[in-house]
Amino acid sequence: MLSASDLRKGLKVQIDGNPYIVTDFEFSKPGKGQALYRTKMRNMISGNQLVKTYRSNDKFEKAELEEKKMQFLYSQGEEFHFMDTENYEQLFLTREQLGDNTNYLIDNMEVELLFYDNQPIDVTLPIFVNLVVTKADPWAKGDTSGNDTKPVTVQTGYELQVPPFVEEGDKIQIDTRTGQYVTRVKE
Amino acid sequence: MLNTEGLHMRAAFFRLIRSFFYQQGFLEVDTPIRQPVYIPESNITPLASEKEYLQTSPELCMKRLLAAGNSKIFQICPCFRKEERGRLHLEEFQMLEWYRTGADYHQLMFDCEALLRFLIYHLQELQVSNNIADKPIFSGINLDEKWERLTVAAAFSKYSPINLNQALNEGRFDEILVECIEPHLGLTSPVFLYDYPVVLGSLAKKKADNPTVAERFEMYVKGVELANGFSELTDADEQRSRFVHEIATIKANSDRDVAMPERFLKDLEQLDTAAGIAMGLDRLLMLAMNQQLITEVVTFSPADF
Repeated sequence: MLSASDLRKGLKVQIDGNPYIVTDFEFSKPGKGQALYRTKMRNMISGNQLVKTYRSNDKFEKAELEEKKMQFLYSQGEEFHFMDTENYEQLFLTREQLGDNTNYLIDNMEVELLFYDNQPIDVTLPIFVNLVVTKADPWAKGDTSGNDTKPVTVQTGYELQVPPFVEEGDKIQIDTRTGQYVTRVKE
Repeated sequence: MLNTEGLHMRAAFFRLIRSFFYQQGFLEVDTPIRQPVYIPESNITPLASEKEYLQTSPELCMKRLLAAGNSKIFQICPCFRKEERGRLHLEEFQMLEWYRTGADYHQLMFDCEALLRFLIYHLQELQVSNNIADKPIFSGINLDEKWERLTVAAAFSKYSPINLNQALNEGRFDEILVECIEPHLGLTSPVFLYDYPVVLGSLAKKKADNPTVAERFEMYVKGVELANGFSELTDADEQRSRFVHEIATIKANSDRDVAMPERFLKDLEQLDTAAGIAMGLDRLLMLAMNQQLITEVVTFSPADF
């Protein structure tokens, strides 16, 4: 059991059967008064925010979350299949569950999956991924329109803005936190 | 860890506080930091040291010195309160306490005004002489105007969604104070919040004309509580019965050992009218330096280890 004095940013607790992560936390204590733990938390499944003030005697269950290294195998329609690299067990997540993460998933990529109650609830990708440009307009040298970026499509179907010198077949690095172009990768 | 400029500022700050009290004719005293008894207050937990305790405040010793006939005394010392950590809290912090016989809490409010004006004047002077006058002291706070005095009951009717009695009955006093009232206090000049419910001041004297209220006040600057002062409860029998209540609450809520401070109660019988106050000096320095975190102004903070 955890008590209110264990509360801190990043702590994962279980409330009414749901895992919550503490996103904001402030200790206050008026003179001669009770300690108050003013807490903001996010439901790790629904994303809903919870704002609550706890007292010293309040107790919590720790949210039992498990992180596993998994390999992305392939996608089939709406299903994205992953394999546990230790025991070779497979599972899939839907496109909806993965959200924007599908923009960066390529075969054999290693990712971290977060499980709550044996159900996968979140996936953490590497911060930087290298993807191949599959569609790009050629760079018209001498183009004086002043545009310093152009749109390209990468192998996952994701479209983003890149500098004009990037060409079809180039490999580029993308920051998965922002979805933005970082650099061209030389092989 | 504090840089050299910060160390100089902190040293000047402590030096100035001492000179203020010397000038006012106070005697500086020191008392043991580690003692076999602690003040039975249900909301303050001491840190144990072997079979004794690190003081949560020098209050008991200070009042025993008053009872022995010392009329104006002050002390600057470290105090310790278990599991108090936050933007404005450290488990170990520097406390300033001063006590006067023959005085009540209004006198202490005047002392606070005089102390802060003395501090700001001399800190600014010091900055001018060190060519760092561009850094204001207590930025945005006007210390010259008469400081507002607001009763706790008035603060509840002004800022709280429910009145004081409802808040007490529903056990929401602290929560409303912190969330609805404190953020409004002392934004342009300091504020004294005064006349607390008796249950929230176990060592404070009851008001003669209203026994539900204790002559206790807190000083606020920029929403930060800086000092807690009161007219001292000097009736030893009443003090004992308030401690009995506090000890019962402590035992009901924890497995802490707690004893009646008998020697203190015996000495209290010798004490007539008196008033005393405790001020958190790290917080005061934090505000003087326009910082947001108490850890910005202490020489070493827990993160430095």
